[in-house]
Amino acid sequence: MSQEPETTQGIASDEYDRVEPPIGWDGQTLQEMLDESEQLLEDTGRYHGRERLEMKEDEPFQYERMFSRLRGALVNARETALHISASAIVREIGELAFQLYTPEGDCIATSTGIIVHVHTGSLAIKYMIEEGYEHGRTIQPGDIFCNNDNDLGNVHTADVHTLIPIFYDDELIAWADGVTHEVDIGGSTRGHDQLASTTRYEDGLYATCEKIGENDEVYQDWRDRAERGTRTPMFWDLDEKCRVAGAHMIREALTDLVDEVGVERYKEFTREAIEEGRQTLESRVQERLFPGTYRDASFMPVPFKQEGWNPVSQKDMLNHLPVEMEVGGDGGLSLDMTGASPPGPHPYNCSEGSMQGGLWVSLTQCLLHDGKVNDGSYFAVDANFPEGSVVNPQDPSLSYHTAWGSIMPTYQAVWKNISRAFFARGFREEVNTGYSESGDTMQGGGFNEVTDEYFPIAPFDLSCQGMGASASRDGLDYAYTMWNPETDMGDIEEWELIEQGLPFLSRHIKPNTAGHGKYRGGSGWETLRVVDRSYDMSLYKHVRPGVTNSTSGMHGGYPQATNYSVRVHNTDLEEQFEDAEYPISDKVPGDLEEDVDGDVVRTERGIYFPTTFENHDLVYYHMGGGPGYGDPLDRPFDLLKEDLEKEIYTPDIVENVYGVVGNLDEEEREFEIDHDATEERREEIREQRREESQSVRSFIDEERERLVEGDLSDPARRMYSGVFDRGDDWCDDFREFWDLPENFEINMG
Amino acid sequence: MSTDKSQIEKLIDGTLPWPELRDDVLPDPKDPERFETTIEILQERVDWDDRILVPLNDHLYVVAGDDGRTVKAECGHELCSADENWKLECDIRAREEQEETAELYPELMTPDPDWTFQIREYFCPECYSLLDVEAVPAGYPILQKFEPDIDTFYEEWLDQPVPDGQ
Repeated sequence: MSQEPETTQGIASDEYDRVEPPIGWDGQTLQEMLDESEQLLEDTGRYHGRERLEMKEDEPFQYERMFSRLRGALVNARETALHISASAIVREIGELAFQLYTPEGDCIATSTGIIVHVHTGSLAIKYMIEEGYEHGRTIQPGDIFCNNDNDLGNVHTADVHTLIPIFYDDELIAWADGVTHEVDIGGSTRGHDQLASTTRYEDGLYATCEKIGENDEVYQDWRDRAERGTRTPMFWDLDEKCRVAGAHMIREALTDLVDEVGVERYKEFTREAIEEGRQTLESRVQERLFPGTYRDASFMPVPFKQEGWNPVSQKDMLNHLPVEMEVGGDGGLSLDMTGASPPGPHPYNCSEGSMQGGLWVSLTQCLLHDGKVNDGSYFAVDANFPEGSVVNPQDPSLSYHTAWGSIMPTYQAVWKNISRAFFARGFREEVNTGYSESGDTMQGGGFNEVTDEYFPIAPFDLSCQGMGASASRDGLDYAYTMWNPETDMGDIEEWELIEQGLPFLSRHIKPNTAGHGKYRGGSGWETLRVVDRSYDMSLYKHVRPGVTNSTSGMHGGYPQATNYSVRVHNTDLEEQFEDAEYPISDKVPGDLEEDVDGDVVRTERGIYFPTTFENHDLVYYHMGGGPGYGDPLDRPFDLLKEDLEKEIYTPDIVENVYGVVGNLDEEEREFEIDHDATEERREEIREQRREESQSVRSFIDEERERLVEGDLSDPARRMYSGVFDRGDDWCDDFREFWDLPENFEINMG
Repeated sequence: MSTDKSQIEKLIDGTLPWPELRDDVLPDPKDPERFETTIEILQERVDWDDRILVPLNDHLYVVAGDDGRTVKAECGHELCSADENWKLECDIRAREEQEETAELYPELMTPDPDWTFQIREYFCPECYSLLDVEAVPAGYPILQKFEPDIDTFYEEWLDQPVPDGQ
């Protein structure tokens, strides 16, 4: 039977009985269990050496029922706990997830939600095992651990994990992990995905696999430290209660299950469920993909030269994120990022666990829609995130605050690679050219003039971006984000209740954001907000990419538009409001100036660092579109007519790119095609393609000369220089392609 | 899930109604004959006889012809042998300056020219179909994005002889 403290009227009054090591299965220590598991995987290629899934074959109904009950317990914990106690981000858009792990830290099942964390909790558990917590700090029934240390198993600092061990008859049978995304983590600036952070020492509150409670209660000193260390202590407290409550619900459900089926059957089930997850991925690879080698590359611009605060970060940087994938003849899948940039003085450094999470959240959306979603798929993919690179720095002193700035661009390349394989195999409907990267739109906070209370600004309507096109239809408009496919915009009224000093003036489709193509990317959208009855309001904008693209289109489709920033200080809005007028859009960059007087600050960068705002200042941000697919000249006219009538594109852009000419009735939103002019314009575009292009061979000669002469921008040069400094094999491939001498290097001088 | 040939034709044409796409084509399990059906349709549509081994994109195929395996455009132009990077045989237009990228998206919504970032458009040198678009910094190598393992696919995955018998 499970261990439970004595209770009085349902309230824990006594302590749990302590357990002595070894606490693993069958008299093993956790370290021995972990060693055995890793050895068996290495020796047999199968999780715990399970070649045949006996329980699945012999007792299929019982086996599936056990998985469904565990999965149901995790989803139930998520759905229930967020209504018991949770901050707005967690409650409104479900920024939480629960996972169940084996004693040695392998994920058996996960809830819905921010499923990127399936493997991060795994790394934290393995860290505790390898650091000997079993014998030193001790792991006891009723203990509560906390981790948000990215280097040890987390995605970024504002994601906070609560881990509890689950015992049955003095044996550790599982770990439950709940993770929520915090609106503030006490960093050097307000916000949850900081822009200004350049080292760990600016990131905010860290818990490093820390024991924060025992006997099911959080220590008073931890609660005090966390609540005094963050700017939104009430939200912190609500979310911690949410994580603990959910984890305890999972413990109860698991204990009931084991009472019913017996502990030995449960143990065997966990081994088989993970091995089944591994086998599912391999069989899905053979069913859906095409064997071969796939390559792509993404780029992450970091335009900090004019914006950066810390002198070491005041430079324009461009991170190189190459991805080579191999679909093996045996159904194996490998991913290699050799050639990735080194880490840097920015918040986009990303731990190996975060990258694994990104892989996982991607695979579950393209290859593993169903089946047993667990660490089996992690074991099935051979991933190399090079040590010492921005995607696996192995350096806890760096800032990891906004690791998504590396994850999101990288997985654009992964999705394109997998999509090429889908296309080759005939599964055009599964092709996805990528997505708009959400960035973090607006962050910061201020004080309410009436109540003197602090309010955070962290709108999560950013979870509705444009999705990439497929090879059979357009991308989804303003309704998708890669990191949590179940999210929605939330209600404006809910955001305004929390973000009291920044009411919305408008939301509107953002024209010309969708990537061009036979099938266009999904469109983005824009919003205008005004600072109202506040003081000490500091805001920063974090929409990426700005100054460059991060990804391409596919098969002739174009990358989506880049992002920009605009804000207006010292406006005339107070007077406008008296006449019930106000601006509602910056549809085409520059429109805003026609509707408001003030000090307009526009830049090509999608970002600005924390800036003071006064009442009636105007705040703008927009969400991007997705990349396109196929030659735009192949796009049917009726779809273009619809695009114009819905304001996905403006007529001038459609005429330039698609060659469709006509008249748009702005009021009625009706477009009439001029077929003669259209035919003429399309012939002109074809002629331009002939006249304005050159052979790739001659282009290579020119570009080579340019490289030799060093005719590159500073950020491009800095990117190549960083990769050359690391000396990966990628540099040899680079020299070979451009036919450059063995000692050729690019450096910053 | 079984899909009929007319549905796959519409899928290729982009004319399959959403209810059919959602109910018949997207769900698991997928039609195990999808590859063969797709190749059959594509082969019927091209004006040449070389056997399509694998489609690379809407206008480009790896085919088995008299000169071995080659990369061939829909218009009939042969770019290179199957194991080479077909992009090296294309025509290219690289947009880098503001006036060049401004044709695609409004001002401030294209790469900053000060970052020497390029939109590279690869055209078939015969029919000038747009075969690929890349967004990369100047000086970036032209990647060979897909090297299909055709023999393994036919022999081991489909358990069929490779159509060209090589």
